Amino acid sequence: MFDLIGIPPQALFGQLLLGLINGAFYAMLSLGLAVIFGLLNVINFTHGAQYMLGAFGAWALLSYAGLGYWWALIVTPFAVGAVGMVLERLFLRRLYNIDHLYGLLLTFGIATILEGVFRQRFGSSGLPYPIPDSLSGGHNLGFMFLPNYRAWVVVASLGVCLGTWFLIERTRLGSYLRAATENPKLVQAFGINVPRMILLTYGFGVGLAGLAGVMAAPIYQVSPLMGSNLIVVVFAVVVIGGMGSILGSILTGFGLGIVEGFTKVFYPEASNTVIFVIMAIVLLIKPAGLFGQTR
Amino acid sequence: MKRLALAAALAVALVAPFAAYPVFVMTALCFAIFACAFNLLVGYVGLLSFGHAAYFGFASYVTAYALKQWGVTPEVGIVLGTGAGTLLGLVFGALAIRRQGIYFAMITLALSQMLYFYALQVKWTGGEDGIQAVPRGALFGVLDLGSDLTMYYVVLAIFLFCLAVVYRAIHSPFGQVLKAIRENEPRAVSLGYDVDRYKLLAFVLSAALAGLGGSTKALVTHIASLTDIQWQMSGEVVLMTLVGGLGTVAGPVAGAFVIVTMQNYLATLGEWVMVIQGAIFVVVVLAFRRGIAGEIIAVWKLRRARRIELEAEEAILPPVPPR
Repeated sequence: MFDLIGIPPQALFGQLLLGLINGAFYAMLSLGLAVIFGLLNVINFTHGAQYMLGAFGAWALLSYAGLGYWWALIVTPFAVGAVGMVLERLFLRRLYNIDHLYGLLLTFGIATILEGVFRQRFGSSGLPYPIPDSLSGGHNLGFMFLPNYRAWVVVASLGVCLGTWFLIERTRLGSYLRAATENPKLVQAFGINVPRMILLTYGFGVGLAGLAGVMAAPIYQVSPLMGSNLIVVVFAVVVIGGMGSILGSILTGFGLGIVEGFTKVFYPEASNTVIFVIMAIVLLIKPAGLFGQTR
Repeated sequence: MKRLALAAALAVALVAPFAAYPVFVMTALCFAIFACAFNLLVGYVGLLSFGHAAYFGFASYVTAYALKQWGVTPEVGIVLGTGAGTLLGLVFGALAIRRQGIYFAMITLALSQMLYFYALQVKWTGGEDGIQAVPRGALFGVLDLGSDLTMYYVVLAIFLFCLAVVYRAIHSPFGQVLKAIRENEPRAVSLGYDVDRYKLLAFVLSAALAGLGGSTKALVTHIASLTDIQWQMSGEVVLMTLVGGLGTVAGPVAGAFVIVTMQNYLATLGEWVMVIQGAIFVVVVLAFRRGIAGEIIAVWKLRRARRIELEAEEAILPPVPPR
C-alpha cells in the first residue's frame, strides 16, 4: 500500500522523520529569531553560535561534571541565555539608535569569534554525545522503526514551541511584549521597564537556541560548525515564513523540514537547496513571506 | 592636495611589484575590486548584501573552466566570467530587491548558499578540489601572462578601470538617485523615480564588478575553489569595506589591503585568524564605524571648516578707518 513509485515505506518514513526533526530545530531557532527581531529589530546572527554553545554546554556538563542529559536540558539553556544577556548589555544595547544593519554585523562578528574559539579548541570534527539511557531504544510501528529519542525531540520541541506561543499570545507578560513590539515608547510611558524587557527577551530567544542545541547534541555530532551550517537555512526559513506571527514561524519550520525530507527521498541531489528554491518562489509570489505583513 | 595623494598612490602602485611579492599585491588588488563592488551597493544604495561571494566565486569558476577546458585566451575568459557574474546578479538581484533592510541581507545570504551547494555538487566545478592549475595564457594571444610582472600590470589596469567605473557611477546623476534612495526611499519614489529599477541596476553593476574581481583572481592564483564562493567570503568582503570605510571610494581598497595583509602575516595562527577577524568586526561596529577613509575625511573636513571659520572671523573684523 505504501510502496509508492518504488520507494520502500521504511525509507520514506525514515526520511520523513528526519525531516520532521530538522523541522523541529528550524522551528525553535526561527521562533527565537522572530521573538528577538520583534522587540530588538536585530537579526541575531549569533543564533547559530548560541545553538552550538548549547550543544557544547551539554557535552561539557557530561565530560567535566558528569551531569547527564536531563541536567543539561535544564541548566544549559539558562547558561546560554545568561551569556546572551551579557552580550546584549555590553554590546547590542549601544546600537539600537543607529541603522539596524549594524546589529547584524555586530552579531556576525560575535558569531565568528565564538566559532573560531571552538574550532581552535576542538577542531572541525564532531564530538559524540550519547543518547540518555531513558530514551534509548525504540518502537517498531509496523511500517517503520521509531527511535525513542527522535520521537521525544519532535514532541518536546512541539511543546516548547506551543509553550512559547502561549506565553506570548495568551499571558499578561506576553501582552507587554507584544505592546512593546508595536510601540516601545508608549509602553515605557506606562511605567514598564522596556530596556529590562529587551534584555530578558534577548536572553529568552538565545536560551531557546541553547535548548535546541542540547536537544540536537545526541542526534547530530557536537561540532563547532553545527551552528553556522544551520543558521543560513534558518534565515531562509524566516524569509519564507515572515516574522509576523509566532504560529507562522512554527508551522513554516516544521513544514519545510518535512518538505526537505521528501526531497531527500525523491530527488536527493536537491535536498540541500530545496529550501532556498522555495524561498525564491515565495519571494516571487508573496514577497512579505507566507505569514508576514509588510510594515 | 587630493591630486598629490592620487599621484603618490599611483606611483606606489607602479613600483609595488618590485618592493613586494607581486602575487600578494595582485591578490589584494582583486579583493580591492571585490570590496569596491560591494561598497557600491552598501555604501551608496544602503543595501547590505551578505552574499556577494556568489558573484565573485561563480565568475572565478567560469573563467577558470573556460581557460582550462576550452583553452580560450585570458581576456575571453575574463569576459565570460564577468558575464556569468552579471547574469547571476540580475537573477539574484531581481529576487532580493523585493525586500529591504535585514530581509535583503538574509535573502542574498541564502541565495549565495544555494549557489555554494550547487558548486559543491556539480561536476564541472571539481567539488571539494575546485579547478586547479588554471593556465594564464597569453593576453589577446600575444602578451604572455606567465610572468608575474606582466600579469601585475594587467591586474593594475583592470583595477584602475574598476575604480574609474565606480567613481563615474557615483558621481553621475544615476549615482545621485542611488544616494537619494539610500537617504529616503519613500521620498525618491514620490519624486517619480522607479526605485526598483535603480536598485536592480546598481545590484547588477555591483555583481558585474565583483565578478570581474573573481575572474581576475582565478587568473592570478591559478585556482578557483569553494573558499571563494562560501558565505565566510561574503563576510570577509563586508569586513574589508567596513574597516576601510563605507561609502568612500578609497576605503574599500585600503580595507582590502589591511585584511589581506593581516591574513597573510597571521596565516600560521590557524583558527585564531577567525577570532581576530570577528574581534575586528565587533570593534569596528562599536567604535570605528566611519572606517579608515571615513576618519581621514572627517579630520580633513573638520580642519577645512576651522580654516573657513578663521577666515570668516578675519573678514568680519572692521576695516581700519582711514586717517
